Amino acid sequence: MIVEDVICPFCGCLCDDIRVEVEDNKITKVNRACRLGASKIRGHERIKAPMVREDGELVETSYEEAYQRAAQILYQAKRPLLYGWCSTVCEAHKKGILLAEEVGGVIDSTATVCHGPSIIGIEEKGLAGATLGQVKNRADLIVFWGSNPAEAHPRHSLRYSTNVRGKFTEGGRSEKKMIVVDVRKTRSSRNADKFLRIRPGTDYEVISALRMIVGGNGDLLPERVAGISKDDLVDMAEMMKAARFGAFFFGLGLTHSRGSYKNIDNSLSLVNELNSHTKFMIMPMRGHYNVGGFGQVCAWETGYPMAVDFSRGIPYFNPGETAACDVLANGEADAALVVAADPASNFPWSVVEKLAEIPVVQIDPFENPTTLISDVVIPSAVAGVEVEGTAYRMDGLPLRMKKLVTSSYPSDEEVLDGIIKEVRRLGDDN
Amino acid sequence: MIIKGGIVYDPTNGIFGEEMDIFLEKGKVVEEAKGKEIDARGLLVMPGGVDAHAHVAGTKVNTGRIMRPEDARSGLEPKTKLLRPCTGYTVPNCYAIGYRYARMGYTTVFEAATPIIESRHTHEELEEIPIVDKGALTLFGSNWEVLECVRDDDLDKLAAYVAWGLRASRGYGVKVVNPGGGEAWGFGTNVKGLDDPVPNFDTTPREIIRGLVKANEMLNLPHSVHLHTNNLGKPGNYTTVLDTMDTVKDITSTRDRQVLHVTHMQFSSYGGTGWRDFESEAPQIAEYFNRNDHVTMDMGQMIFGNATTMTADGPLEYNNARLLHAKWSNHDIELEDSSGVVPLVYGRKMPVNAIQWAIGLELALLTESPWKTLLTTDHPNGGPFVNYPEVITLLMSKAKREEEMATLHELVAKRTVLPTIERELDWGDIAVMTRAAPAKVLGLAEKGHLGVGADADVTVYDLRPEKIDPARDHKRVKEALGRVKYTIKGGEVVVRDGEIVAVPRGRTYWVDASVPEKDAERVQVDLVEKFEKYYSIQKSNYMVQDAYVTDPVVVKAGVI
Repeated sequence: MIVEDVICPFCGCLCDDIRVEVEDNKITKVNRACRLGASKIRGHERIKAPMVREDGELVETSYEEAYQRAAQILYQAKRPLLYGWCSTVCEAHKKGILLAEEVGGVIDSTATVCHGPSIIGIEEKGLAGATLGQVKNRADLIVFWGSNPAEAHPRHSLRYSTNVRGKFTEGGRSEKKMIVVDVRKTRSSRNADKFLRIRPGTDYEVISALRMIVGGNGDLLPERVAGISKDDLVDMAEMMKAARFGAFFFGLGLTHSRGSYKNIDNSLSLVNELNSHTKFMIMPMRGHYNVGGFGQVCAWETGYPMAVDFSRGIPYFNPGETAACDVLANGEADAALVVAADPASNFPWSVVEKLAEIPVVQIDPFENPTTLISDVVIPSAVAGVEVEGTAYRMDGLPLRMKKLVTSSYPSDEEVLDGIIKEVRRLGDDN
Repeated sequence: MIIKGGIVYDPTNGIFGEEMDIFLEKGKVVEEAKGKEIDARGLLVMPGGVDAHAHVAGTKVNTGRIMRPEDARSGLEPKTKLLRPCTGYTVPNCYAIGYRYARMGYTTVFEAATPIIESRHTHEELEEIPIVDKGALTLFGSNWEVLECVRDDDLDKLAAYVAWGLRASRGYGVKVVNPGGGEAWGFGTNVKGLDDPVPNFDTTPREIIRGLVKANEMLNLPHSVHLHTNNLGKPGNYTTVLDTMDTVKDITSTRDRQVLHVTHMQFSSYGGTGWRDFESEAPQIAEYFNRNDHVTMDMGQMIFGNATTMTADGPLEYNNARLLHAKWSNHDIELEDSSGVVPLVYGRKMPVNAIQWAIGLELALLTESPWKTLLTTDHPNGGPFVNYPEVITLLMSKAKREEEMATLHELVAKRTVLPTIERELDWGDIAVMTRAAPAKVLGLAEKGHLGVGADADVTVYDLRPEKIDPARDHKRVKEALGRVKYTIKGGEVVVRDGEIVAVPRGRTYWVDASVPEKDAERVQVDLVEKFEKYYSIQKSNYMVQDAYVTDPVVVKAGVI
């Protein structure tokens, strides 16, 4: 059987033109996807059965037992953290938020170590965006700042940005300009019409300099800013102003370098100001395929897109206090549920150490370093391959992920439902 | 269930303040029924409220939430055994939206604008809004297929595209925002009037409006075209509106309703040449409505304090942000439209805001028939929907209006005629503007009235219309309107004494319109090309799946 127009459950590009061949309920061939996506769709070694840690060893158990143990851990905790959510569908996010409400926990997504600072920047300034198709049809200038799409979002350029043809961009790459700003040469910068190699940690200064030039105050600038000559900066500013439609994509090189959310705030302002000269949009290059979806679901259910604390019975949001790393680093979290993510690999080491000290429940199809510090491990079906559901692309466009094969594993949603039922039973008993 | 002894206002059925019993069974109003009795003796009883225009679900609403964490710090209501926790004032979370409508006696709300390609998101949020029935109006004012059909004067194909777009979005009606402007904004410009050409598409806003109104009537849709006018929010724009309404006067409605609904008219009734000589032209607009029957409007009343403006009118929001130095979000939607979100504060001492406030009231008070003026705040553009009790009491009490005007910038007395208006609306007028008329304008036969066969959606207010004088006791009236005695939704008591007691799921209306096969096929040929060349997703992944509308009410329409 051939399934057309499959949506790829890997990165925020959410490519929806993948062709997958299925034989005997097994995926045999994946076409059109990039290597990252194809590998995710094909899958790899799975966690075989639920496990609980006894005497330091993970031993297999039943789902019922695992749900009960997970519920006990979360119910008894004073300040449980419910973390992850980037690689599963919105249907699971809804259950996760309900569970966080029921146990009075803190819920946060992987955005906290990814584009969380971008969201804080957006809270300061708003975001002048567009769907990716708008970029495809109109953009004649594309900026990648602290972002390396050639390696992290391999099909971005072919589907949406530099190397695609659209209604007003029929000439494709030859009629577009591409600017890359980064601290090192990358595979993306090799293809750029202009590459600005800036000193690490100087993004804020460079953006500020560009804003001054765009605003007509370039004469106040020194001859060099952050290692870049003024001529180069003037050239880039003029390229941006001269565009018919400009697109500014930024990655973790901007959000996680010195300045953090202030870099984003500044970039958003730069794009706002460019709009008094031409049309310009800006967009974070979201990493995991549905980290954006968690932000959407969390916002419509709680009013906030991440780092929501339910301990008062009312959603409370204060990143710096209620984000995942905050409650762990401060020693507040006394239990954690990790769903569809791998904090043991991605959190700062001192925070991982804190995580290792508290009971951890993991829900994931695949083993990862977080499994090593988990006390209850519940394997689930792979969302977007074995389970249908909603995911939001990096531009906020929602698509329905497909089910390609039938799995004997329960979905993340079903697992969370099982835990919620056990939590409620504990609540009724007390 | 029997609602006993209420003083009933049911304008659709010619009932204005009669003491009578209402019988409900299996979710409908019936001739006679047994069962639980609700004691409503002497209390004001109306059909459940219907809001025909509010921004309650979808990308722009959620953009408002994400860019405004400060808004979610207000309106806090903790979780209970029954209720999810609530946050927000101008952009409340989904649960707050359902609960707050129900507490005001509203049982139906229509989301005012959804682009087809992002309708999946709109429905995800609508599904999470509890209690009320809902629907969404689909944006058609800048879609490339629309612009091309209008340019080629191919009405059959246009109608077929509209039918397909409604199905693809699971939408209820045709929404048009700043026609042509959404496309122009793709390259940062706008259309400036009805005859200003849309760049690259060789058509004009006037042709788009006329084309879509004709297609709407060819399809015999329950609702008319629902229009946010060109030049909205600009001084002097009232001439655009008058011209717009005249331009569709020769088109005949195929149903017993208006041929065009002009929405949030307050934002389109402006005189002056700039903000300095800004003034109300509401009397001219009202006069037009008093002389013509082919159009309806809703107020778009402005409320002082915080608002979050959100609209598919992208250039308008850009200008708002520039003028006010406010946060600005923009979201262009490939091949379909633009949009923007800007938070702002309406100030009593700001001359423009004071005049805007008066204009909404002037429109409702100077238009003789309440059937032509629905009560809205264009939530959350003019202000949040929780202020409907405030608006109702302003319309019912000259004394209250005078109290308010005394706190406003003095120009309100010079640039509007509000101080000279004596009219005070009565309960019959209010029942029309909040129930009967919105249901009729939307074409919802089973909503907005209490005749046999109507949905069992009923509001019982803790007000004795025979004893209370709303003109004088407006404080008491406002309080009672915000915290009803009972809301009954689909035959179930959902609010008692202002508290939510049950949380049923609401249903979602959408329109399935049939078109001749040959026209449908011609549209498909166009769409296949558009998806191959221009859209960023596959055609097969575009249409909203049934999974997103779990309790649908499918209204059939069409040409065959």
